[in-house]
Amino acid sequence: MTTRTTSTSTAGKGVSRRQVLKGTAATAGLALGSGLIDGFPAIHAADPIVIRYAGTGVNAFRELSEQCKADTGIEIQYTTLTSDDVVKRAVTQPSSFDLLDSEYWMLKKIVPSGNLRGMDVSRVKSYDKIVPIFTKGELPDGTQTSRVGIAPIKVSYLTGAESTEFSETPTDFMTLIPTVYNADTLGIRPDLIDRPIQSWAELLNPEFKGKSAILNIPAIGIMDAAMVCQAMGEISYGDMGNMTTDEIDATMAVLTTAKQDGQFRAFWKEFNESVNLMASGEVVIQSMWSPAVTKVRQQGIPCVYQPLQEGYRAWAAGLGIPTHVDGKMLDACYEFINWYLTGWAGAFLNRQGYYTAVLETAEAQMEPWEWSYWMLGEPAAKAVVSPTGEQIAEPGEIRDGGSYWERMGSVAVWNTVMDEDRYMVRKWNEFIAA
Amino acid sequence: MQARLIPYLQAAPLALIFLFFFIIPVCLVVVVSFFDYQAYQILIPDFTFQNYDDVFSSDVTYRTYLNTLKFCVIVWAITLVLGFTIAYFLAFHVRTLTVQIVLFLLCTIPFWTSNVIRMISWIPLLGRNGLVNDALLGLGLVDERQEWLLYSDFSVILGYVHLYTLFMIVPIFNSMMRIERSVIEAAYDAGASGWQTLWNVILPLCKPGIAIGSIFVLTIVMGDFVTVNVLGGGQIASIGKAIWIELSYLQFPPAAANAIVLLAVVILMIVALMRIVDIRREL
Repeated sequence: MTTRTTSTSTAGKGVSRRQVLKGTAATAGLALGSGLIDGFPAIHAADPIVIRYAGTGVNAFRELSEQCKADTGIEIQYTTLTSDDVVKRAVTQPSSFDLLDSEYWMLKKIVPSGNLRGMDVSRVKSYDKIVPIFTKGELPDGTQTSRVGIAPIKVSYLTGAESTEFSETPTDFMTLIPTVYNADTLGIRPDLIDRPIQSWAELLNPEFKGKSAILNIPAIGIMDAAMVCQAMGEISYGDMGNMTTDEIDATMAVLTTAKQDGQFRAFWKEFNESVNLMASGEVVIQSMWSPAVTKVRQQGIPCVYQPLQEGYRAWAAGLGIPTHVDGKMLDACYEFINWYLTGWAGAFLNRQGYYTAVLETAEAQMEPWEWSYWMLGEPAAKAVVSPTGEQIAEPGEIRDGGSYWERMGSVAVWNTVMDEDRYMVRKWNEFIAA
Repeated sequence: MQARLIPYLQAAPLALIFLFFFIIPVCLVVVVSFFDYQAYQILIPDFTFQNYDDVFSSDVTYRTYLNTLKFCVIVWAITLVLGFTIAYFLAFHVRTLTVQIVLFLLCTIPFWTSNVIRMISWIPLLGRNGLVNDALLGLGLVDERQEWLLYSDFSVILGYVHLYTLFMIVPIFNSMMRIERSVIEAAYDAGASGWQTLWNVILPLCKPGIAIGSIFVLTIVMGDFVTVNVLGGGQIASIGKAIWIELSYLQFPPAAANAIVLLAVVILMIVALMRIVDIRREL
């Protein structure tokens, strides 16, 4: 075979190699160049105020920023990060943003850095109307919400404007002005599971071997795992929101055994991954977030955000202002926050299945039938359409989990950061490696 | 005097780039790897061996390295065979220069899209309800849907081979194009068969190309944390991923310690390769 090549002339050889390499280099350059062009940030006019807004993306919507621009003239420039990266950014590069969209559990890591200012509640016009979950730790009807994990009330207030200490009683300085919150549970494919699912324990039921998934964000994943272990009767926790090392070990042992038996199809880290796992049928039961369920349904695939007897794992997010912001920018940040609570944004978020911090202004912006569907748990009077235009539910359907009171009233645990965080992350890494 | 300075000046730009973008960062990583940390304070200057102790005392480290090395060896073997074959075809079987260039550029086309997209596009193919499963079922080759195709060692290796074979092709092709055709003629004249020429003439002369390609593939696979995550369904451990998780939890010192250990392992691998092939002499 090689003999044929011997007749090839050696004359053009040097040239050929050079040309080939040149061609490759040009191609590589092209690819690099086009990538770079994509990477340039959009250029904004110097005049209007542009708030650099960093957060997890639950709140980042083009519709929202456009409405804000129209109402207040303030432009919002979103930087969307994963939960872990929000903490990293807030602690290590606070000057890279003007407004932080943070979850409450992150505060336990961010506030000690001194990078967030205590926000003056007198500058927040709707402060008195914020649901008491954040200001008193109770539901509007006065029942106390769960204190397991980092309940927002535990980290809502600082002892002073420049303090790095949380106050147990309300003060005039808030860490975050709450924006959205929700109660999370397991998502299931009702068309592929033909019996009722009622307990967190089902996630590790061998019936769903190779068809379940859990989220790979240790701080949240461990809470889902703990809900499962407790439901299975394997472990009873002293304080689920702040486990001891023994409890962490026991939880990880249950998870590791399940993993080695092939229980899990995948672990997901980013919201869209969970959508794809569910929509493609790779997974029929998994930890999920509410908008992910909505997104699966928008594709015409049945998916239920299943309420479970042990209750929900809740989370909440809010807007915080880093200490470096002052002057005009500070005014703009407060203006944006005030605008946020005037109802348009609240209605927008309510229609996606989230809850908003100021209920009455949002109610004013929603049709009465919309309010009854999303908040009161009544059958939909019309076809329910998401703010981006896809149908989510047929007329007559009821929201998974029912009304606001039923859902927020059944919160068992809040997302958390434990004292044994360092140990937990190491154990979680071992679990992934197992 | 001035003439003696010129070579230093010529080398200076690259040396400075290495100094600022490689040596100083690595030194900082070494320093940080001895720091202490807490949940609320990321870097506490200190001189502690705790981070290295954590790395070496945990059997997870060894299992993870073993797993990553396993991927390395398998991917290296497959890309080597594939890369060598493709380069051989390009260098010796394609007769005209134009066709050579066209085919070579064809090999680079996958690189016009982001490697994340190249990885993700395997998912609808290999999934439980994916095209491959549909085809296998349709052809009657299997009775039920195959689950090992995706989120498994198989899919991770497939992804690596798809992404990194070109890194083998390019240097081997380069070596092959430098082989004097008269050497091959001489082998033929001396009565060597096709296989003998391949084994005794071409392969030894391609050693530098193979070594360079191997360095690319081994170092990339050792440090990877994206492919293994996307195609392994987040369930398969790799060293790169362990470091990444530590970083995302603001645990910089242990991540730095892990990174230094990884760096040492990779350097050892390269040194071992250099023992076998003296790239500098053969270039």
